[in-house]
Amino acid sequence: MIATPELAPLFDGVEARKAATRNAYGEALLELGASNPDVVVLDADLSGSTKTKAFGKAHPDRFFNMGVAEANMIGVAAGLASQGKVAFASSFAMFATGKAFEQIRQSVCVPELNVKICATHAGLTVGEDGKSHQMLEDVTIMRVIPGMQVIVPADAVEARQAVLAAAEIPGPVYVRLSRASTPIVFSEDYRFEFGKAAMLREGGDLAIVAMGVTVAAAIEAADILSGMGIEARVLNMSTISPLDRDSIASAARDCGAILTAEEHQENGGLGEAVAQAVVGTHPVPMEMCGMSGSFGQSGTGDELLAHYGLDAAGLVARAQQLLNRKQA
Amino acid sequence: MTLSQQDRAAVETAARQIRIDTVRMVHAAACGHPGGPIGMADFMATLFTRHMNLTPETLNQPDRDRFVLGNGHTCAGYYSILSQKGLIPRDELLTFRKMGSRLQGHPHRTPDMGIDFSTGSLGNSLSVALGMALAAKSNGWDSRIYSASSDGESQEGQIWEAATAAAHYGASNLTVLVDFNNVQIDGYMRDVMDVRDLRAKYEAFGWHALDVDGHDIDAIDAALVAAREETERPTALICHTLIGKGVSFMENQPGWHGVAPGDEDARRALVELGIEGAELEAMMA
Ligand SMILES: Cc1ncc(C[n+]2csc(CCOP(=O)(O)OP(=O)(O)O)c2C)c(N)n1
Ligand SMILES: [Mg+2]
Repeated sequence: MIATPELAPLFDGVEARKAATRNAYGEALLELGASNPDVVVLDADLSGSTKTKAFGKAHPDRFFNMGVAEANMIGVAAGLASQGKVAFASSFAMFATGKAFEQIRQSVCVPELNVKICATHAGLTVGEDGKSHQMLEDVTIMRVIPGMQVIVPADAVEARQAVLAAAEIPGPVYVRLSRASTPIVFSEDYRFEFGKAAMLREGGDLAIVAMGVTVAAAIEAADILSGMGIEARVLNMSTISPLDRDSIASAARDCGAILTAEEHQENGGLGEAVAQAVVGTHPVPMEMCGMSGSFGQSGTGDELLAHYGLDAAGLVARAQQLLNRKQA
Repeated sequence: MTLSQQDRAAVETAARQIRIDTVRMVHAAACGHPGGPIGMADFMATLFTRHMNLTPETLNQPDRDRFVLGNGHTCAGYYSILSQKGLIPRDELLTFRKMGSRLQGHPHRTPDMGIDFSTGSLGNSLSVALGMALAAKSNGWDSRIYSASSDGESQEGQIWEAATAAAHYGASNLTVLVDFNNVQIDGYMRDVMDVRDLRAKYEAFGWHALDVDGHDIDAIDAALVAAREETERPTALICHTLIGKGVSFMENQPGWHGVAPGDEDARRALVELGIEGAELEAMMA
């Protein structure tokens, strides 16, 4: 576990700085383009949105826009990787994983290739485009494939480092990124470690294990709970696969109750992954905050997070229910 | 065959209304896709006012015609024409893309409004339309199944799986109208991923395929008549259009694929579409 790193000033009266993790992806790709001549990038007619465009401008010979044809894009990425390239492939999370699931399984994961699928516009915060574009099942279908390594950065600081790490980690990697600008959680000193959760806050009454855009909400919720005399440990679980089971086991042992938070279906997502680790190590009561088996809808990202109980207020309410169960 | 002046005027009025509604809806939502629906307005108006037998009276008839909007991002224009046909209350249009609205950012299947299918993910539509066409045939209905698609959507492999199967099953009750504006999100087709001659491609797949000037209402109407008269093969109408046609600063500009006009651009667009005076001020209020 990464011991309590210094956080960016989020809620101590300071307006949180915000940035979109997809922008950090674009910047990291530029760094990789300069440092690693084997890096190639593919996109599917969304290079302005996924932020791969700058790489394409800088390295036109190493950039392939495949048009609106995601399955083909993943297959071509696999072919490139089989010949020694480190292939980054991007589209919206819905289409990168949804359209190309079978190609990801058969052509990327079975042959264990260096394909790095960095998908943007994941989750509810894609907003007004609505349910056809709000990918809420990608972590489920990626983490279930043997050999697929899944990272969900909490903010732009972590996203940049996660993308740089993905280039170094052998084999398939899935990085889940967002469209919306979200609060910066970490200070620039933070060091992402693949496969390791970071403890963002100490606490012994319950642990909140979160990924992606809900990490900021989890910190805010922990602040609110603290005002009520409840101390919550907050874990940033940015690597979903392989999961940091030790951090989860310690949280279960030390806190006796675990709340998970994700902008994703509870089925098969972070909550279920954590539950699997909890029942296998130190069973304690759990609650999951995520999508309870429904699709999203059009609305602003903030409206949707609040509507589905994924903002700080929603997490606080569920934390209280969880504590009732813990005490029962 | 050309249309009577009166018939043509009716289609032109509906097409202009699609353009106006699209500008207003996307402006009010402050996000969305104006260019596509404005460019498709002429063929959508021709199809829905003269060919599709969808009205409030036929809405619940199982054997009425069906429509699938493959390029679902262009739904502002679809919602407009459905409202003009009395299937969506006019005052609901400006709820587009807002929380709780029935007018989602991409179409959601809603029988009450005559929205026959959920779309938004490109590539899925032609297969679904083919399924509807096969169902109609197996039920012995002489209804027609229409689908709109686009040059961008034609890059998806599934379109060509559907095209193969539609010809194989002789789905002559199926007509696809392809919005060929030479534009996709990342730019002009020739720079991103050229789809080349779509008429020749559909023809090679065994379809009855026609190139059509997508802004010539007489030509579009004649092509839709030809599609009805074809008894062996599915028909593809390759509608050559300009994205943003009718709003000068949007015409042929890939940048207007998915950006909402601000106040100033919305006003300019509405003026170009013939709105002025008190009506303009009321729309902009
Ligand atoms: C499967 C899938 N991939 C990507 C997208 C994102 N997307 C929406 S529209 C579009 C471009 C499509 O080109 P076209 O339909 O020709 O657009 P237009 O001419 O209306 O600008 C893309 C890539 C999508 N909706 N579905
Ligand atoms: Mg197009």
